[in-house]
Order: sequence, then structure tokens, then C-alpha cells
Amino acid sequence: MNNVKICNRIGTLHFIRFPTSEMNNFLELSKKKGMATSVSTVCATGGGAFKFEEMFKNELNLKLCKCDELDSLIRGLLFTVASNNNECYFWSQCTEDEQCSTQEYTFQYNKYPFIVVNIGSGVSVLAVYGPNNYKRISGTSIGGGTFLGLCSLLTGCNTFDEAIELAANGDNVKVDKLVRDIYGGSYSRFGLPGELVASSFGHMNSKEKRAQVSREDLARATLVTITNNIASIARMCALNERIDRVCFVGNFLRVNPISMKLLSHAMDYWSNGSQKAIFLNHEGYFGAIGCLLSFDERFKE
Amino acid sequence: MCFYSILMSSNNLVNITMEEKENPNSIKLPDTLEVFRNLKNAKQFAIDIGGSLTKIAYYSTVSFRRVYYATDNIDKNDEKNKDDKHDKFVYTYSEQARLHFVKFETKYIENCLDFIGDNLVNSDERKGKSIKATGGGAYKYSKLIQDKLGLKVDKEDELTCLITGCNFLLKNISDEAFVYNRNGSPEYEFQTADPHVFPYMLVNIGSGVSILKVESDSCYERIGGTATGGGTFWGLGTLLTKAKTFEELLDLAEKGDHRKADMLVKDIYGGDYETLGMHSDLIASSFGKICPRQNAESDYNEADLARSLLFAISNDIGQIACLYAMMHNLKKVYFGGYFLRNRSLSMHTISFSIKFWSRGTVQSLFLRHEGYLGAIGAFLKGTEECDSDKFSWLENYAGSGSNRTQLTFGKRVDQLELDRWESPLTFCPLLKDPSSYIPDTVDLNSDKEAREYWLNCFEESIENYVNYAVASQPTSDTAEERAALFKEKFISRVQLLKIKPFAYGNLTVRGLLDTINQCLKEFDFPDPYLTQKQTENEYALRCLQERLEELDSLDLKERQKELIMGVLAGNTFDWGAKETVALMKTGEFDFKQARNRIPARPWLIDSLDNWVQKICNEPYKKIAIFIDNSGIDVVLGILPLAREMLRQGSRIILCANSAPALNDVTHSELVVLLRQAAAICPIISKGLDEGKLKSMETAQGGPCLDLSRLERELANELTTVDLILLEGMGRAVHTNIDAEFVCDSFKLAIIKNRWLAKRLGGDMFSVVCKYESVDVTK
Repeated sequence: MNNVKICNRIGTLHFIRFPTSEMNNFLELSKKKGMATSVSTVCATGGGAFKFEEMFKNELNLKLCKCDELDSLIRGLLFTVASNNNECYFWSQCTEDEQCSTQEYTFQYNKYPFIVVNIGSGVSVLAVYGPNNYKRISGTSIGGGTFLGLCSLLTGCNTFDEAIELAANGDNVKVDKLVRDIYGGSYSRFGLPGELVASSFGHMNSKEKRAQVSREDLARATLVTITNNIASIARMCALNERIDRVCFVGNFLRVNPISMKLLSHAMDYWSNGSQKAIFLNHEGYFGAIGCLLSFDERFKE
Repeated sequence: MCFYSILMSSNNLVNITMEEKENPNSIKLPDTLEVFRNLKNAKQFAIDIGGSLTKIAYYSTVSFRRVYYATDNIDKNDEKNKDDKHDKFVYTYSEQARLHFVKFETKYIENCLDFIGDNLVNSDERKGKSIKATGGGAYKYSKLIQDKLGLKVDKEDELTCLITGCNFLLKNISDEAFVYNRNGSPEYEFQTADPHVFPYMLVNIGSGVSILKVESDSCYERIGGTATGGGTFWGLGTLLTKAKTFEELLDLAEKGDHRKADMLVKDIYGGDYETLGMHSDLIASSFGKICPRQNAESDYNEADLARSLLFAISNDIGQIACLYAMMHNLKKVYFGGYFLRNRSLSMHTISFSIKFWSRGTVQSLFLRHEGYLGAIGAFLKGTEECDSDKFSWLENYAGSGSNRTQLTFGKRVDQLELDRWESPLTFCPLLKDPSSYIPDTVDLNSDKEAREYWLNCFEESIENYVNYAVASQPTSDTAEERAALFKEKFISRVQLLKIKPFAYGNLTVRGLLDTINQCLKEFDFPDPYLTQKQTENEYALRCLQERLEELDSLDLKERQKELIMGVLAGNTFDWGAKETVALMKTGEFDFKQARNRIPARPWLIDSLDNWVQKICNEPYKKIAIFIDNSGIDVVLGILPLAREMLRQGSRIILCANSAPALNDVTHSELVVLLRQAAAICPIISKGLDEGKLKSMETAQGGPCLDLSRLERELANELTTVDLILLEGMGRAVHTNIDAEFVCDSFKLAIIKNRWLAKRLGGDMFSVVCKYESVDVTK
């Protein structure tokens, strides 16, 4: 991210990500590169800030300055949105798959409230009422970790990128039971269209149907199930809080247009266009940015 | 006679009586085939075909023998029939309406339809008739049904059926809904009958989930749903494990350890996430430990995966249900559908989830018959057989049960049977707070000691019932065989209740007694104590004159005391109490001895002085007496008291059971008894003639008294009563001892059970004499 001003300095922010399971290799690399010689303290957030604190101290002689995960997330998000003009976007015409495309979105970041849905391994739903005022209103354990876990069990894939690649080439209609599979068409009495998924994985208890699905189909169905579920929860939380702007962030959305389109569609369809799904380019880095900023604040003190 | 709709004209009745006399051995065994019972008489069908389970509902009539002793005949033909007591009885056949529900796995639907097709006799009658069908499969199997049964298929809206079924169960079936506390005591907290059912939210967990808001019988809407439901659990479960059926999958889940697959808060934070108040054991990411694998030694198996999946889906449904409930401000959430199957793990997870997300403001309630909602609703569509303004329904404990019955092709099914009561039942208008009224004194679900005592007690005393049942039909060849079947059935029920005390709702002494009664009836023992009751009535009537003279010789105050003593002495004669049965069997136990056995005052509960003072000074205008046993109890105990009250100018309603239970007086017997007593006592005679003394039926068919289900006619009459008197252990101790009324009340009983007496702080033959005046309580 270019031209970012932190501590009265202007520069470029660099981001690196690696799987938490590779922490040992990262520490090795840091040792080699002499990271510990240039700094004494590293700001850290996320669950691992607690879990790996000892390791950092022993291996690198680095102190971890722990920041709360959600505090950092919100701080980072607000800062990024304010500093980077083309940070936010939305999916237009998300009902038509072919024409669906991203469009820049001008996020009025100083206008509150809004909802932030952070999809990591699990999901947190936050309502943000002001720069230092937010609360975690909900969450679910069915998140990115569930997607990868189930996909790996169902298809044998090993990485998130692999799972997404599989999903992109699959079709969930062979796996899921649609409204029309049950009612022969739409369930008009209650306004449910025939194409709607009635039961995720609903076909998979049948041996014949199981024989007809590919790994790709299963990956796609997993992705659709989890995304739709997150959309439901996000939508209901927003409704209960009477908030119409919902920002979806987190690493689950990286290289994942399928989910973003689904989320956009679900929000739009069920709210008759009154709720808006907003996405951010640096979806997975707000915790890290927020954490860096808190270092800046402490430095000032 | 309200319990039965008697379809026969008086002509027929005579014919059958004749037939019975000529051919006393023609008693048929009830259907030994336990499933799809009474199919031959089935008049109307409904079917609910789900993706996993199919439920068939049918309306049928059951033929039962009733037996009366024909007093009019006795009087006229006394000489002729003196030797043959049985000729004094009139057996009549009557038809009782019954709703049957059978549940089985949808994959056996063809077998079941074949079976029904083969067993329906009147195939001509079926022509042009239709079957109501609902559920997802109604569409798919419509042709199959038509081909196999020759019935036209009328498809009914699934969700509408669900709601209709749910309303019907909540209004008609006692202990239908319950709160589940896995670690609580009781584990199952059944909800009492509540006149206010609406509004509520119904979450139907089928393949997918539908969430409905119900405000009245006709006002409801689908407010939402989710595709993550039972089908997701089943589908994913089948992919992830080797389980073949839904049940196997649930069994696996019960054995697994989800921590092998799920990432918990502590796996991320090393402990609690304190700032958010998240406990370290909460699941942060379902299946989050699967990829990438953290370390090899914590390897998971398929049971772990099944459990993780069950948790993910149950939690999710609970959370989404809760969001909808909060959005629509609904406090009660009921669950239906095939997913839960009353499994403790699933119910616990959903309850936990709802409690967690609503912070305790939303209550999750489960239904004992969750699987039958759609079938019941489909059946009720367009039928008048179930009009709630005309009828009430009772669960038949003899015919209902789960997984104990097998179809001919060896598959287990689950059944529910509901008996129709031919009039609407209603709450006793004298109850102070109907919505909090609980008839039963001891809840055997939560009281382990009481449960063990009573289950053993009933198990041991069942032989007595068997003996009486056989003895009541001396000319029958099949009586012993039927009695043995009765015994087997009841004993197996007791065994089940020892393991699963909650299987039929709240376990109570009342429920157990009702079960015995229903089982006896099912095996064609309509009234085992008939001879006994008759003999004792005759004996007691012979002593009535002397007793009345004895009472009349006393002064007013002494007489009031002695009248109550008489009721208590009479109440000692009870063939339902095992300890007095022993005494009575000696044959040397008479009214006077019983009178002398009443313990010295003060009694266990003793407000006799207040009563005497009140009754000497200010008589009541209208008194309702709920009576207990035949013979000495009613004739020498109750009738003299009623006579005294008549003399004081009160109007009296004697309330008796509609159907036989042990040696309790039935309404039809009471009518006869009163006529006989009138011949002895002019005051009783005058009271009857002037309508100041009358008998009414309660709609009860057991030895206890549930004041939330009274005959409407009686309830109307009760509104103007200023004293309610409950007599006997069943009506005033096992039930209603703590019941509060808006008028004065008097509960009188002798406790003829050592264990119960001890429980209440007394000894054998302790006296409950609980008179409560509304004025005093004010």
C-alpha cells in the first residue's frame, strides 16, 4: 500500500502472509535474516500472539507486544479505508452471474454504524458505532477453517487455494437438494423459488447421487453451504441491529469471487436491495495494520 | 355416556346381549398384530412422506365391550336369575373413535403401502375416496399411492399441516412439550397444559429448516429458514463416515470426540478469550483442525467427525432460530421435523445454542411427538372427525410407543394412538390458576425414590389385576390368555419406564393407573371389578337404613363429626390399595371395624373442627362431591353426608367417573345406586325428584382426577358451586392435594399406602381432612 502516513512518515506498507502452521519455518527465516537485531519488540495480535509468545522470546529474543485481535481489526480497517481511496468495492448485478463485476465503492468511513463480518477460521460479526466503539454481536464456528477442513476431507486437497480452484470448476446443484427437487417447482405459497437450495448436501444420502458427483462438485457445495450460512447470519444480525452496510473481510475471501458474489447476492435478494455487501482489497490484513498502528500510538506516549 | 359413541340402536343392543348370553365364549382376541391396528375399520387416511421418514395417519373405530349390570332386570327377574349372576350383566359393543399414527423409514414405503392395501377390506368403499398427502415426498410418491391403494391423492401444503399438527398436539396431549436439561433433574421438564398456546415460533428441521411464526390457528407465516438442516447432516455424514442410516450417524456422533476435528478457543488462544468472555472450550472453527493437520498423534476417527458435524449443524440451527425469535420478539420456540428424534445430544446442543445467543430470553421447547406434526395436520385438513368444538383427544398409553413393534417384513416402527372423547373437555372453572395447575402431587420423573417405589409397587400388584380380570369373565375360554398378554404388556411398560421414566411424558401415579386401565380395556377386560362392585353395593345398601338411624340419633354437631368419620371409614374400602386389599380379603373387615381403625385426632391434616363449625352455622348453596369407591364408601360414607346436606337445603352434584377404573363408582352405576338408595331414604328420593341431588360424569376414566380435563357440561354446572369436595386417595392425595380453588374446598381421604403416608409425614391409615375456606385465606 503506497503513500501511507504513519508516525508522520510517508511510505509503502508491505504485507506478507503465511499459514500459522509454518510458524517454525518463519522463526528460522527470521533468525537467518537477523530480524531480532534490528528490533526488540514486535506488535502481535491474533490468538497466536498468546500461543507463540514464549517461542518468540526463546528463539529470537523478541518481545511480543500483544494487541487485542478485534481492536486491531477495527483500527486497521478504519485507517485503511481512510488512507486508501480505492480500498472498497462491491459486486454489481450479482444476480446475473455473467455480468457480475466489481465496482469501486466510496465508503463513508466517518459515518456510523456499520457491520464488519470477519471470516477467518471462524467468523466474528461486529457492529461498529464509532472510531473506538464497537461490539461483537455474533459469530459462528462455521467459517474458513470449516471450508478447508471439510474440503480436505471430501476431496483430499491440502491448501485453501487448491480448494478454491476445485470449487471454481464444480457444480453444487448435483450435491444440494433444491426447492424444485422437493416441490417440482417453486414453493410459491411461501415465495421460495425453485432454484433455491433447500437442503445443502441434501442429495448426498443417496448412493446413486453420490456416484454422480465429482471432487469439484463437492468442493463447490462446501463453499456455497458455508458462504450462504455466513450470509444468513450476517444479514439477520444487520437486521436486528438495523444497520444496512455490511463489510466482509478476512482471508476466506482472498481469491474467492464465488463467495463474494454469493454473499452479495444473498444480502441483496433477501433484503430487497436494502442491505449492501461491501468488500475490501486488503481483506486479510487489517489486524496486522491495526496492530502496527497501536505500536505507533504507544510510541507517541 | 360420553366416552363412547354408541352406534347401535336399542334393538341392536338387545340382540347383541342375547348373542352374548347364548354364546358367552365368543369373545374375540384383540388383534395380535401390533402394528397398523384396526386397519380394517380405517375410514380416512393421511400420509406425510418426508425424505427420511414416512408417517401414516388413519382414523378408525375400535370395538369395545362395555358391561353394565342391568338393575332394572334384576328387580324384575330377581327370582329367576338368582343363581346366575352373569345374567345380570349386559355386555354391549360400542365403537370408539381412534386416531392411529405409524412412522417408518421412507425406504420401506412400498412394503407399507402393500401391507395397507392387502389389509383394507372394503375395497369397494375406497373407490372415489382420497388420501391427504403432505411432505416433500407427496409429489414423488403420489402415483405409487394411487396405484397401491386405489385412493386419489390430495396434496396438502406441508408447512400448513405442520402448524395445524403442532397446535393440535399442544392443545390436546398432556405433557407434549418439554424443556430439555441434559444435566438437570429432572432431565425432561414437561410443560403443563396451558390455555394460552400462542404466539410461538416453530422451527421445522427436515432436510432443510423452515422457521414459522404462529399467532393463532389461522394466522401464521414462514419468516425464514436455512438450507443447513437434517439433509446436510445426513448428506455430509454419509460422505464423511461409513454410517448407512441417519440413526447410525447419530449413534456415531454420540461416541465421538469433536475436539479432534474442531478448533476450540483454547487451541487458538491457549485458554479463554477473556475480553470477549469466550470460554476456552467453545468451538472457534468447526473442522478447523483438519487442514492443515497440526500434529499427527491427535488423529480423528469417523465418530469424531460425526460429532463435530452434529455440533456444527445443531449450533447453527439454534443460532439462526434464535436470531429469528429475537427479531420477531417470540419467547417460545418449538422444534419439529426428523432431525432431532428426541436425541439428547442434539436437543442439548440446540438448547445450549439458543440459551447462549439469546442470553436466556428465548426458551427452546421440544415435542414428544415431533415427527407426527405433518401427518396429524394433513389428517385434520377438511375432516370433521376432529372438530375441537365437539371432541377431545387422549393419548392411548396402551397403543403408543416407539420402536417396540415390528412390521411383517421385520422393520421397526413407531406408533401413536389417540382416543377420541366424544365431547370437548375443559378446565374446572373453580381452579384458582388454571395455567399453573398441576394435578399430580409427586413427579416421579424428578423424584427417584418415589419412582422406584411406585414402579415396583405396580409391578408387584399387577397379579391382583390379572386375577380380577380373569375372575370377571368366568365363562370365557380366552380370559386367561388375554390376562397373560395384559400382564406381559404392562410389565414390559414398567421395565421401559424404569430405564426411560420420561417416555410418556411426566411419570405419575395417575399415568400408571391410567395405563393399567387402558391396557385392561385393550385386552377386552372392560370392567374387572364389576362383580366385586355389585356385591359390595348390595351389601352396603342393606346396611344403609341402620346407619342413617344411627346418625339421626346424634345431635347436630356430633352428627356432622360422625358423618365425616363415616366418609373416612368408607374410604378405607378400596381395592386399589394393596395394604387394605389384604385386610378385606380376610372377609371379616366391616364398616364398624374400619370406623374404629381411624386414628385418634389430631390427624395428619386436620381441619375437622373448622368444618363442623362452618357447616353447623351456615350451609352451602351448592356442593360438588367427586366420589371414589363403590360399596361401603359411596353408600355408607358419601350418601349419608349428601343426605345431610340436602336436609340443610344445599344442592348436591355427585361427580363420578365416566369409565370404569378399579372399584370406583362409575356414573352409570351411580345412577342406579341413587335410585336404589331413594327406595330406602325419602330425603334422597325427594332430592332426586326435585333435581337437588344429581349425578354427573367427570369424563375421567382412571382413579385419579385431572381437573384440567372435565366434561364441559359438568364444568358449566360447577361455575355456581360454593364448595368442592374431593374424596379418596386418587382424587385428593395422588392428585389435587395442593390444588387451590376460588371457592371453599374440602379434601377427605384415608391414606392406605404405608410408603405414601410416611412420605407425607404420617403412618398407615393417616387421615387427610383438609378444609379450606376462601374467606379465611382472605
